[in-house]
Amino acid sequence: MLPTREELTKALSQRHGVKLQQTFSAATVAVCGLGGLGSNISVSLARAGIGRLILIDFDRVDITNLHRQQYKASQIGMFKTDALTENLKEIAPYVELQARTVRIDESNALALLKEADIICEAFDDAECKSMLTDIVLENLPDKYYVAASGMAGIGNANDIRTRKITDKFYLCGDGVSDVNSSEGLFSSRVMLCAAHQAHAVLQILAGKL
Amino acid sequence: MVKINGNQENAAGKTLAEYLETTSFDTRRIAVEINGEIVPKAQYANTLINDGDIIEVVSFVGGG
Repeated sequence: MLPTREELTKALSQRHGVKLQQTFSAATVAVCGLGGLGSNISVSLARAGIGRLILIDFDRVDITNLHRQQYKASQIGMFKTDALTENLKEIAPYVELQARTVRIDESNALALLKEADIICEAFDDAECKSMLTDIVLENLPDKYYVAASGMAGIGNANDIRTRKITDKFYLCGDGVSDVNSSEGLFSSRVMLCAAHQAHAVLQILAGKL
Repeated sequence: MVKINGNQENAAGKTLAEYLETTSFDTRRIAVEINGEIVPKAQYANTLINDGDIIEVVSFVGGG
C-alpha cells in the first residue's frame, strides 16, 4: 500500500521542517540530461520532496549506462525520460514530472526551461555544456543555474566541489577530469558530483548558498 | 590590469577573441563572463577587454 500524499508530506516535514518542506514542494527544477548526473540528481530531488521536475533527454537507456545511471537492466531500450519517470514515481509517487524527450538546442531551450526556478546542466558532452550555459545565462538571467564539469576517472573523491561562479551560477566537479583522458566514469564519483548539484539546489531553495 | 580567473593579467585593449587565442582555452568548451555578464560566443570577436574588468572563463570537460 502506497502512503498517501498527506502521510509523505508529513514524513518529509518531520525531516526538513514544515517551512522548508513547503519551499521544496513549491519549487520547479529542470534537469537537462538524464545520464549519470541527471538521473542521480533527479532521484535526490524527488526524495527531498521537490514539487516539480522537468526531465529532458532525447536518448534511450543503453547497457553501458547501467553502471552509473539510475536505470534497471529491464529498462534497456526505453527512452530515459520514460524509464526515469517510472523509477521516480516508485520512489516519490506525488512528485509532478514533466518529461520532454527532445534534444535541447537554442530553438527550444527557452520554452523548455521557462517554468523552472533552478536549471541543472547534466550533459556529458563538453560542447553541449558550454552551449547550454551560454543560452541560459544570456536568455534566462533570473534563473539559478547549476552546472557540472570534471567528474570522470577514479581520482580523489574530495576533489569534487561546488564553486560559485557568479550570483546565480554554480559549478560542481573537479573542473579538470575529462572522460576522454581518464579511466572512464565511475558510479561513485559521478554520483558525488550529482549529489553536489542536487545539494546546491536544496541550499539555493533554503537560502543557504 | 584585468582580473581573469583570479589572476591579474595585462589583457586590456584586446578583444576577448584575441585574448583567448593567447591561451589554451577551446572556445567551443567554455563560457565567459565579464563583470558578471555572460558574453555569447558570437560576441567574442567584438568584445573589448577594459582595464579593471573581472573575467571568469569557465571551461567544461566531458563526462556526466
